Amino acid sequence: MEGFAVVDFFFMAVIAATPLLFATLGEILTQKSGSLNLGVEGMMFMGAAAGVAASYIYEATVGDATLGFVSAILAVLIGFLAGALGGLIYSVLTVTFRANQNVTGLALTIFGIGAGNLVGELLGIRAGGFTTVAEDTKRMFSSISIPWLSDIPVIGRLFFSYNFMVYLAIITAIVLMWIFNKTRVGLNLRGVGESPATADAVGINVTRYKYIAAIVGGGICGLGGVFISMADNSGTWIFNCIAGRGWIAVALVIFAAWRPSRAIIGALLFGGLSVLRLYLPIDGIPAQVYNILPFVATILVLIFTSIRQSKEHSQPKSCGINYFREER
Amino acid sequence: MNENKQITQHPDYKEHHEPWVRMVKRDNVSTQRAVAVRAIAILAALLVGGILILLMEHNPILVYKDMIIGSLGSPLVLRETARMAIPLLITGMGIALAFKMRFWNIGAEGQIIAGATAASYFALFHYQNMPSPVLLMVMFAAAVVAGGVWGMIPAVFKAKWNTNETLFTLMLNYVALEGLRYLQYGPWRDPSKMGFPVIAMFDTSARLPRVFGVHIGWIIALVLVVLVYIYMKKSKQGYEITVVGESIQTAKYAGINTSLVFLRTMFISGAIAGITGFVTVAGANFTVSEEVTGGVGFTAITVAWLAKLNPAAMIAISVFLAILQKGSGTIQTIYKIPSSAASMLIGLILFAMLGCEFFLNYKLIFKKK
Repeated sequence: MEGFAVVDFFFMAVIAATPLLFATLGEILTQKSGSLNLGVEGMMFMGAAAGVAASYIYEATVGDATLGFVSAILAVLIGFLAGALGGLIYSVLTVTFRANQNVTGLALTIFGIGAGNLVGELLGIRAGGFTTVAEDTKRMFSSISIPWLSDIPVIGRLFFSYNFMVYLAIITAIVLMWIFNKTRVGLNLRGVGESPATADAVGINVTRYKYIAAIVGGGICGLGGVFISMADNSGTWIFNCIAGRGWIAVALVIFAAWRPSRAIIGALLFGGLSVLRLYLPIDGIPAQVYNILPFVATILVLIFTSIRQSKEHSQPKSCGINYFREER
Repeated sequence: MNENKQITQHPDYKEHHEPWVRMVKRDNVSTQRAVAVRAIAILAALLVGGILILLMEHNPILVYKDMIIGSLGSPLVLRETARMAIPLLITGMGIALAFKMRFWNIGAEGQIIAGATAASYFALFHYQNMPSPVLLMVMFAAAVVAGGVWGMIPAVFKAKWNTNETLFTLMLNYVALEGLRYLQYGPWRDPSKMGFPVIAMFDTSARLPRVFGVHIGWIIALVLVVLVYIYMKKSKQGYEITVVGESIQTAKYAGINTSLVFLRTMFISGAIAGITGFVTVAGANFTVSEEVTGGVGFTAITVAWLAKLNPAAMIAISVFLAILQKGSGTIQTIYKIPSSAASMLIGLILFAMLGCEFFLNYKLIFKKK
């Protein structure tokens, strides 16, 4: 590989990693409270479609007065809310109605895929073919150029040229890290996830923590969807555009050992694997071999973490089990 | 007495309020009540779906009516609906066996692909060597073995290291899909189709016969319903699955070899999904392609769960979902409502069903004034 190709590869790996990072962070937050939400794929679909819809409807309403950054912020905000709605549905069913977490998550995925594609396609039909957003909006989601910083050779492109959502993802990771490790809320959240009965006994509102974690977590997953529809696909709806990335994120949570810092590394690694074919093509190796790399890597991660079974890097204890106060 | 007084006088003391509602677990639920609550739940989901249709500026009653007509209105569409229900029913039973043991097999997609690919291998390359019934039998056996082995891989790791099976089975879906894509775009590609990456159609000897206008997959499915029912309810192995599902500790204490139960059950679960693959390629498509599953592996999870893992109930649920899917095709042509609406509606129905379980298991007692 040439020197510049390495930089290019890293750049593309970061772009591929960002939606994975959002979704992984959202799911880490959810799981910290003891909820194993398998609906990440669905919430990403909801976020992706809602993001496009928000931009499209805003731009159709204001017409020529469209402001790129307003459109982009609306996409991010509404995408977040759509993902959060998924988290809310999940919480109502599992926390209040005590439904099985696995099946509820799968139902959310089925619903989200349907709802996302439906909204995306309806927008397409309305727009007479396919949706597009304004050039200004697209620019908000493509690489940027910061004076001075972006001009530094190599480093400028590597660190200071991404769209705002890439930095938003990293900030989210840092904020979550701070909440988990340095705040009382984080400590309580961990208590709820590890042992809800104990947390309840010391007066922590278990229900409230579980609801908020799943709702905010769902919103963050939705942001991953927004990145895919707005940045990767520049505001057009592509049928089934999430394509299993929500599931990879669920696996990345395990790889990251429920730590936001390791989620960054994991997402980069998996993002890199998914774009490797473009930068390191080897004659005689079919595309499909490259395509399965992230999935095979996930399987290996699952196997190795299960063999090692270290206490420190394991899932919050109550994950997957609903808490019934009356059955303590 | 004195102590009590002191506590109530403490500044931090808050008078204890009885919550306005509390929950009590029900002991048993009558069948009538169970049916009624679930029927209300499905109606509620359809109602929400109707509101969404209304938002799309269509008349929900007409849309639902056209869905029914489009899926049950004539012998032709009826056969089509039956054909769509077959793979859902078969796969649902495979998934039910795994779920009964609390093994979250969401890898039916991959297991279907494995079965379909193995069956297609004989249909494409060995059809000259044997008479049709033998060929079909060989294809069936190949699908069973391939699906079973594909399903058993995660069970091996689950048994040995307790590896998370939900994600493992899921990841194997993508591996199987890419494997089939490799064959479709590479070695198995039909050169006579010029540019198109497709696999050749099967010889007529590799196609399933029809009974009442639908390929005999429906008979295979109904036979499986009986077999799986007997296996789950009447056999020792079925009982072991139930015990492992209830509690692994109890199972071990009772002397059940849990590893063996995991492996055996997942082989059967995958094998049944493999049969879906066989039935689909030999009965419906007469070829294999990357679209062979059509999402059945995921939708069948719904079938298994809504039927409470009961094989007989799965017949009704798979037909119901087939009506929704076939009907959604119809409304796509009439009303231009994208067929993804079916998937969303199925999701809504699932939500309603999951939520209504609560009202079957718990009684709400409101605070009396």
